[in-house]
Amino acid sequence: MRRITYRKALNEALAEEIERDENVVIIGEEVAQYNGAYKVTEGLWARFGDKRVVDTPISEAAFVGLGVGASMLGLRPVVELMFWSFAYVAYDQIVNNAGCIRYMSGGSIHVPLVIRGPANAGTNVGATHSHTPENSLANVPGVKVVCPATAYDAKGLLKTAIRDNDPVFVMENTLLYGESWEVPEEEYLIPLGVAEVKREGADVSLIAHGRAVITSLKAAELLAANHGIHAEVLDLRSIRPLDEEAILRTLAKTHRAVLVDENKPFCGVSAQIASIIQEKAFDELDAPVGRVCSLDAPAIYSPPLERIQLPTPERVVEKVLQIT
Amino acid sequence: MGRNQKTSRLNRFVTTTNNTLVGPATPARSADAEINQQLTAADKLEMLGDMFRIRRFEQTALQYYQAGQMGGFLHLYIGQESVAVGTLSVRGDDDHVIGGYRTHGQALLMGLSMKECMAELFGKSTGCSKGKGGSMHFFAPDKNYWGGHGIVAGQAPLGLGLAYALKYRGLKGCCLCYLGDGAVNQGAYHESLNLASLWDLPVIYIIENNRYSMGTSQERSSAYRTSLAARAEGYNIEWDMINGEDVYEVRAGTWKAIERARRESRPSVLEISTYRYYGHSVADANAKKYRTPEEIEKYRQLHDPLRLWQRTLLEEGVATEAQAAELDAAARKEVAEAVKFAQESPLPAEADILADVYYEVDRQTVAGRTGRHFFN
Amino acid sequence: MPSYIEMPKLSDTMTEGTVVKWRKAVGDAITLGDVVAEVETDKAVMELEAFGEGALAEIYVQEGQKARIGEKLAMLAAPGEAADPAGERLIHGQAPADSAPADAKSPAAVGSPEPRPDPEPARTGAGPVTGTAAPARIKASPLARKLAAARGLDLAGLTGSGPGGRIIARDIESYSEPAPQAATPSGAAPISVPAISPHDRRVSLSGMRKIIADRLVASKTQIPHFYLHLEADVAELTRLRAQANTAMEKAGGGRLSINDFVLRAAVLAATRVPRANASFAGDAIIEHAEVHLAVAVAIEEGLVTPVIRQAQNKTLRQISEAVKDLAARARAKRLKPDEYQGGTLTVTNLGAYGVESFSAIINPPQAIILSIGAITKRPVVNRAGEIVAGERMSIGLSADHRVVDGAIGAEYLAQLREFLENPTLLLL
Repeated sequence: MRRITYRKALNEALAEEIERDENVVIIGEEVAQYNGAYKVTEGLWARFGDKRVVDTPISEAAFVGLGVGASMLGLRPVVELMFWSFAYVAYDQIVNNAGCIRYMSGGSIHVPLVIRGPANAGTNVGATHSHTPENSLANVPGVKVVCPATAYDAKGLLKTAIRDNDPVFVMENTLLYGESWEVPEEEYLIPLGVAEVKREGADVSLIAHGRAVITSLKAAELLAANHGIHAEVLDLRSIRPLDEEAILRTLAKTHRAVLVDENKPFCGVSAQIASIIQEKAFDELDAPVGRVCSLDAPAIYSPPLERIQLPTPERVVEKVLQIT
Repeated sequence: MGRNQKTSRLNRFVTTTNNTLVGPATPARSADAEINQQLTAADKLEMLGDMFRIRRFEQTALQYYQAGQMGGFLHLYIGQESVAVGTLSVRGDDDHVIGGYRTHGQALLMGLSMKECMAELFGKSTGCSKGKGGSMHFFAPDKNYWGGHGIVAGQAPLGLGLAYALKYRGLKGCCLCYLGDGAVNQGAYHESLNLASLWDLPVIYIIENNRYSMGTSQERSSAYRTSLAARAEGYNIEWDMINGEDVYEVRAGTWKAIERARRESRPSVLEISTYRYYGHSVADANAKKYRTPEEIEKYRQLHDPLRLWQRTLLEEGVATEAQAAELDAAARKEVAEAVKFAQESPLPAEADILADVYYEVDRQTVAGRTGRHFFN
Repeated sequence: MPSYIEMPKLSDTMTEGTVVKWRKAVGDAITLGDVVAEVETDKAVMELEAFGEGALAEIYVQEGQKARIGEKLAMLAAPGEAADPAGERLIHGQAPADSAPADAKSPAAVGSPEPRPDPEPARTGAGPVTGTAAPARIKASPLARKLAAARGLDLAGLTGSGPGGRIIARDIESYSEPAPQAATPSGAAPISVPAISPHDRRVSLSGMRKIIADRLVASKTQIPHFYLHLEADVAELTRLRAQANTAMEKAGGGRLSINDFVLRAAVLAATRVPRANASFAGDAIIEHAEVHLAVAVAIEEGLVTPVIRQAQNKTLRQISEAVKDLAARARAKRLKPDEYQGGTLTVTNLGAYGVESFSAIINPPQAIILSIGAITKRPVVNRAGEIVAGERMSIGLSADHRVVDGAIGAEYLAQLREFLENPTLLLL
């Protein structure tokens, strides 16, 4: 099977959905003539023109809110945030409007909106550009949050997100944009709320999302090679909706879990997963649930240090050894 | 438009000193406008009736709020009725409306029934938002009414988006986006003006300037004291200042903006002067501290839009005192029925707490049945 | 006044017990003599009877938890009486938050706090630390608890191999392995053990094993053992046993084992050598008038020695029936204390395992213990000086030299052999 980059997979998803549905419009900073700050939208403006791919000024509150309002009246805007860290200047639009309007209107208004962009630390851009808001946004009932870890997942999840009738926030990762995976030529969709076992194992479950899945896969290699421990890696893919059954399934198999999460630990996604595990799989647990998150400080700039602020395979291995 | 014209407009807001009911500064000219010449007597009576409907609805809401039968906030529209009635009397069927948290008046004029609005205030399942929105969050998208938004200026980008969708889809109409004088200091408003102008969007921002953003007067909150609308100049947007006491002027100014939106797909900013008789909300304990009781009384006595419009109709011979009283009685009757309806309506069921969160879940689509959406 | 149900002392060696089951629930009316609970001691599961009356107001020690002797297990409230849990909690060593003296600043209050009952006797040595007044929480993973419950295992008898000693699933799963282990001496000094690898299994000491460890260390270190061995010709015994069993089968009786004959012989020998049927009492030697024969019975958790009382008055068949009954109830942990206490001599028989010869450790305060080996066929020289095929049994005797000298031990063994080689005497 052909291998394409995560970036290219997203680009294909956007192009296919623009072609498929006339109401799909790409809106964001530098998405058109500049070809995308991270080249995710490369070539789309040239191919589809001004109407379908729209450059905005640096004005997140306005263009995110515009996306919400336009979706209320039938469009399917795909709003790009150059970084999800910039969501904070549009937070009212994202949380109060995208998140709450359907509910407050008694279900009479729908918001089929996608907001996408990278949400990761690890590129030495300082704390303001390194946020991972999947936990805080998944905390808002009414929105959906997905975090693809591979090119295959990125394409399938984004296409599904665009067709979904609720607001879906797709959180990508600049460190993965250039990585390649196998992606089929033919069209496919990945449902939201379905996790995937990326590696089978019987001794411990590593549960992760986004790039932490890649970290977990590396840790699983180390555990097998150096410690004879066979880790199963479960990629959540979607944070909300959440594939709770997959989590309980892997727990029933391994009876141990280490949650790997690039969120900061306090109230991170893994905290929610841990809560679910203790509540619904208590009798399956043969060890406390371990968590490996980003170290609990704003993202540090210094490159060697930021590398270890994020979850590393070594930290995952260490945590696994602590509980086995 | 020329600089002189603008300067004259800035001087339009006059302060009265005598104690007689004052009228519009230039009644004759506004009434002569084409849009007003088209008005029939019935139209004018209907507008008076609408003002009665809004006022009686709000007064009754206050009564039941204070009786403890409503929760949350209650931002009353009393004193500002001419703005909603005037602007929406020129609205076309294709035009869309969105507003802030003081928009019961607009909602009632957009075709929401008094019953469903009152039921919403009572938190009942028959409310226009099924009891899920409350006073600040009335919605009726089927009637082109998009709310009802609680965050100051939060609706400004939404109105922009509605206009964007209209233009993108090639639909007729424009979006009237109401906001208060407090909203003009929010970034979202300014960002919206910039995009509206940059992208030629058919949106009209209507600033209902009641002079106080909660407890802070315009003088204490706006650096440019003589006008709020004039800031639109910075975004190359046509703007106007309108005396809200004069229904004819409100209509004429709004009509111009709507025509601009329809014909040129260009935005406008209208600043309409008005006054609220009650506090920012019913819970505003200092409503009579940041402004004097005398000031409030002066507006009630001399600038009440309902009385002014009624006087206009009497003077024009369009209406009699008896007809006005009939309209008032009809409004009171409608309100009483709305209260009865609201009181007798059922509360939302407990299961309704989890309904209307996700489209896909409500419809039980495959997507709605995949994965866990709720974490109770 | 409320009354309390306390952990009774149910055996001589018991220091603590485990509440296995509450037969009564909070709220139940209790009358004198009602069985309220089942308590597992180091040796058996016993019924616990109430000595007070009233409603069972509160249970302090839950099923599966341990309590020391005298510790309150539950409170009985007289009808209409309110529970007084605050007073009780002191027993557990936890003063309620509001129990501080009203005037905390008074010198007396500061200088001499209310003495609290110390639930724990002074502890010496470095023995296993368990059985605090508030029963120590057993650290076990939720999965291990579920598996243990499904198998009816008591977690208290296990030691965890997980981090921090947590009992985890593999500890439960490996528990079924029949791995009788040598009793690890649990002396006063910590004993270094080899580093535990992940493949090793760590089995915590059960109450019974602790008792075994403590008593046998005491026996082996405090009692001057000496050992005698001889062989008995049991060819006639095996013939006689076969005949007897044939007859008894026809009569519908139970079969006699070789050990039944040995026990009977041990009793009769003791009646002939009463100085061997004795105990050491510190400043005296007690020569017992009656023979209470203790028989070692291996059970899952270790070893018990139920006692056949007044064995000198019992026929071979009565001894046989008694030992069958006692062994069965020992394995079911249904022995009463007086059924495993007060033996005057002990017989232990490993013949069934093919062990030919061994020397047992004395069961104090008894003076001797017999170690019976397997019957083996081997060439022997008969009385006529001919080499013939013989059936021989090795008998060992371990004796407390403070009570029994070599000659007495030898005399006892000789008498024992006399009976075994003339087994018709055993039928009398």
